[in-house]
Amino acid sequence: MHPNLSFEQAPPISVPFRFFLTAPLFGIAAGLLLLWQGGEMLSSRWMPAALAATHLLVVGFMLQAMCGALLQFVPVAAGGNIWRPRLVAGIVHPLLLVAAGLLVAAFLSYRPALFLGAAHLFVAALGVFCIVVGAAVWRTPAQGPTIVALRIAMIGLLVTVALGATLATGLASGAQWPLLALTDIHAGWGLGGWGLVLLAGVSYFVVPMFQLTPAYPAWLARGVPLLLMLVLILWTLQLLGFPAEIRMAILFAGLAVAGAFAVQTLRLQFRRRRKVKDATLLFFRTAMVCLLVIVASALLFAAVPQFGQDARAPVWLGVLALVGVFVTAINGMLYKIVPFLNWLHLQRLGGMTVLPPTMNQMLAERRMRQQLYAHLAALVLLLAAVWFPLLARPAGLAFALDCLWLAANLVTAVRVYRDFRDRIRAAA
Amino acid sequence: MHHHHKHCDELFADAEAAAAEKDWAHAKMSLGAFHGDLETHFRTEEEVLFPAFEAATGMTGGPTQMMRYEHAQMRELVARMEEAMREQDGEAFAGDAETLLILMQQHNMKEENILYPMIDRSLAGQAGSLGPVLRERLASA
Ligand code: HEM
Repeated sequence: MHPNLSFEQAPPISVPFRFFLTAPLFGIAAGLLLLWQGGEMLSSRWMPAALAATHLLVVGFMLQAMCGALLQFVPVAAGGNIWRPRLVAGIVHPLLLVAAGLLVAAFLSYRPALFLGAAHLFVAALGVFCIVVGAAVWRTPAQGPTIVALRIAMIGLLVTVALGATLATGLASGAQWPLLALTDIHAGWGLGGWGLVLLAGVSYFVVPMFQLTPAYPAWLARGVPLLLMLVLILWTLQLLGFPAEIRMAILFAGLAVAGAFAVQTLRLQFRRRRKVKDATLLFFRTAMVCLLVIVASALLFAAVPQFGQDARAPVWLGVLALVGVFVTAINGMLYKIVPFLNWLHLQRLGGMTVLPPTMNQMLAERRMRQQLYAHLAALVLLLAAVWFPLLARPAGLAFALDCLWLAANLVTAVRVYRDFRDRIRAAA
Repeated sequence: MHHHHKHCDELFADAEAAAAEKDWAHAKMSLGAFHGDLETHFRTEEEVLFPAFEAATGMTGGPTQMMRYEHAQMRELVARMEEAMREQDGEAFAGDAETLLILMQQHNMKEENILYPMIDRSLAGQAGSLGPVLRERLASA
């Protein structure tokens, strides 16, 4: 009855879902942190609470969602065999959870032991993850720009973690390392080499698939990950020390690549054959618009030093990147992946005889829309709060509620899954 | 085969948009054409391509069985969409359409990225003999 999944080793549904359900909790925590700390937190990128919130989003929200998605995506869409996914998820998920908690506590308290603990746990968790998923994406027989992007993203993650652990050790030991340059290099690899490259690779696959758009042109699809990696290698050379103008030129080269990806994605969506507009499309568009606003803002900051030298300028870019681009895109993706995986697994469980609820019955379009509006409101408030500190607390509360709503929607979908699964089992 | 996928998409999008606007006559026409195309495509694969692959590789329980299973799932969803259309139930139609779309797309991607390259490699010697058969069958769609 059940098919032999010889080249489609879809993992058990609990493997990706544990990551997906954990991700929004970190968003709630980031919102509450801002609610607690208030406006001062957004006054500079070096505020301890700002670093803590950054990592609640990057190693909490983003990393959880992306690791969970990769454990599903690599075997199903990229033809890569993941070694014992249930065991890997069972190790990586709790380790990441604790590691993220320790790192956030470390930023808030500046206790060396916490930094060291976090660094060790991250290296262990992501070491396992990168070996297993890296082996799968290197050995897959499949080809194409998505595979290239996945490979580069895995390199990006490795470099980010190695540098993050180095920074954490440096802060813990008070070593006289070039922490400033290392932080910028780490941030570049994390947001560009890992985050954006992975987003691009997955977009090549899902943007045409969800909206029936034309495919990304091959030169762009291959070019974006490769050029981003090249730019990041040059960016890393700033450790050798070079003039500010060259550093600036490299930064803008990277932003140009990111901008090209955003423009192309918006153009494809504009030319989509599917006329129905769904929540995921709007989330994705918002993310791409935010990416373009980052490019425009960076140009403005470079042109008008009066803005560019303001300590709030990098915070503005950070809110746009983390909440505007990554949290938004992931939120939209989860709304497709979770109901579809529910459907797929129920369909397999019931065979051809019992038909599972439709995707819209698992999670109504109306509920996704409502949360989208909450998310947009939170994003606008957060961006405003960068310049108007009085808005910081309301913005933090709004973002916490936004993520709580996302979590509630995901839980609703999982409940529908459970109820139906139990019905199938009872009938069997 | 690849171009044939795109053509199916077009008809699907048309049917979905028509149903969303409750233009059931239009939806019926597009969905009918879509269903016909889908069947041709499935049957070509099931009767020509998969057996050739299985004969060439000796793998009968693997990739092709999965593809056949997904064909069955998609047929079931199309049947449900047709039922929703008869009952003019826009909500149910949209729900099944959404599911079918993703199932169909990920199925196509798997075929294009994994199965077709595998077939190309294992059938390299026979390309001359198989190509015309495939083309002829798809052209009759
Ligand atoms: C995996 C994804 C990660 C991303 C995207 C990321 C991103 C970032 C960003 C954007 C910054 C700059 C923050 C700012 O300027 O305010 C930063 C700084 C930092 N990150 Fe990460 N990070 C990641 C993982 C890690 C890990 C795993 C660790 C620790 C083991 C870590 C430790 C640090 C430290 C110590 C700093 C610098 C703090 C300072 O210099 O005061 N990061 N990271």
